Amino acid sequence: MHPAFSVVFFTTATGAGYGLLALLGVLGATGFIAPGFWLGLAGMALSLGLISAGLLSSTGHLGRPERAWRAFSQWRSSWLSREGVASVATFIPAGLFGLGWVVFGRLDGWVAAAGLLAAVGAIVTVCMTGMIYASLKPIAQWHSPYTLPGYLIFSGMSGIVLLNALLAGFGLGTNRLLAASILLTLLGWGWKLATWRHNDQLEIPTTANTATGLAGGTVRSLEWPHTEENYLLKEMGFRIARKHSAKLRLITQVLAFGLPILLLIAGFALPWPLEAVAAALAAISQFAGMLVERWLFFAEAKHTVTLYYGR
Amino acid sequence: MTCLPSHMDKRLGLVIDLDTCVGCQACVTACKEWNTGGHMAPLTDTDPYGGHVDGVWFNRVHSYEHTTEMGGRTVNFPRSCLHCETPACVTVCPTGASYKRASDGIVLIDESKCIGCKLCSWACPYGAREFDTDVGVMKKCTLCVDRIYNDNLAEGDRVPACVAACPTSARHFGDLGDPASAVSQLVAERGGVDLMPEMGYRPTNKYLPPRAHTQRAASVPAKALEPVKAEGGFLGWVDRMLSN
Repeated sequence: MHPAFSVVFFTTATGAGYGLLALLGVLGATGFIAPGFWLGLAGMALSLGLISAGLLSSTGHLGRPERAWRAFSQWRSSWLSREGVASVATFIPAGLFGLGWVVFGRLDGWVAAAGLLAAVGAIVTVCMTGMIYASLKPIAQWHSPYTLPGYLIFSGMSGIVLLNALLAGFGLGTNRLLAASILLTLLGWGWKLATWRHNDQLEIPTTANTATGLAGGTVRSLEWPHTEENYLLKEMGFRIARKHSAKLRLITQVLAFGLPILLLIAGFALPWPLEAVAAALAAISQFAGMLVERWLFFAEAKHTVTLYYGR
Repeated sequence: MTCLPSHMDKRLGLVIDLDTCVGCQACVTACKEWNTGGHMAPLTDTDPYGGHVDGVWFNRVHSYEHTTEMGGRTVNFPRSCLHCETPACVTVCPTGASYKRASDGIVLIDESKCIGCKLCSWACPYGAREFDTDVGVMKKCTLCVDRIYNDNLAEGDRVPACVAACPTSARHFGDLGDPASAVSQLVAERGGVDLMPEMGYRPTNKYLPPRAHTQRAASVPAKALEPVKAEGGFLGWVDRMLSN
């Protein structure tokens, strides 16, 4: 599949933003984070900023972005529509939560309730994003039990590493949060390795034989219907060389998991403000790594239409 | 609404005979000609005379070499929308632009509602939908909905343009929901198949596989010709002269 940057950035940014929002909502509501103006402002600006930037970016690949409002109508059948509805609905409790925290300086009562609702909305929205991909049967690498949990794990992982950077920036970092960030990053690493392993061993029942209805033997593409690449090949026939794929997988592992874990471990020993610098670098490195991961998620996915072209 | 109809009065579709298709591309050009002025018009071409020709087509004819233990053969393979019974391209549509008609099962796009998110083209395993970069919306085969019910055409012409154009009658149009229809009978008689049945989209269009190999083509009643050997002398001279 063609890795359009608008969609790669969209899923990475909203994943991190919703992860952070969910953690802020839950930890704020349960008293693990004390209300403070600047922390509240920075936290809400970072999470809602990532979410908004991602959602805006997603309209970048639309052919007719001025009609995007229509996408809220088909929630009964379409995961994309459900994602749109969930993402907009989440802004309501998230906005109230931010208002209570930043303007009224409190995290109890209705503010806590709004925080918890925002967390639920964030998790639901990430699930909808995951299901858009997981529900697409023609793409075996996406239509897999690894896709939806992957989106949730990566969202939680990027969210907690961002939260750690945020709190460390205010000198509020804790060892428990560091440990949780490391554990979630390890979980993300393990999940990604397991996903790659699963995808590399995929046995796809759809072949050039079933695609053409010609039973038995081999079906070899003799001649395409056209001489140049058409929409189908540009959009769904994207191919990535195996050697590049291996290198990019390595880069993903270093940037998204390896380096952040080392920086987070260093956070245990470093004094403030070096601890905050390490935490911020971990978050930045992980975000860059997740962009590469998401690029590969598209680039390594093979659509069944490529079978018609002998690819 | 992108929910699928629970009942369809008819299941209009095509039956394509891979045995008789000669890959002449007549259906492709007839389709393009009709539809670039039809329901989903225009079928934009970009850089049509340049080095990067691209454009929207509803029907594409591939050629394959099918090799089995019986030998190999060339199979020409027209590929277009199969108007599936459970089309995921419709249910994934977030705007309601894609729909399947309850009256005849045709899958259509309401261009005025399409936002060009391209998700429907990802959901179609057959590559039936093509994006029009010029208009910014998705386009697809309409089964010539503007021909088959068109009172301005002679009754015999009320078939999809591809069917009307086919010189070898490899394309048939009719109601595949009616077991007594000519197309259903043809499918039953020739063992018509679904493409990618494992995907579970239940295509309406059926493909008739090439007929089995026979020995008939190989047996020639005339005796095989003897090889002519050039000789010397007068006959050799005649042979050389006639060979020039």
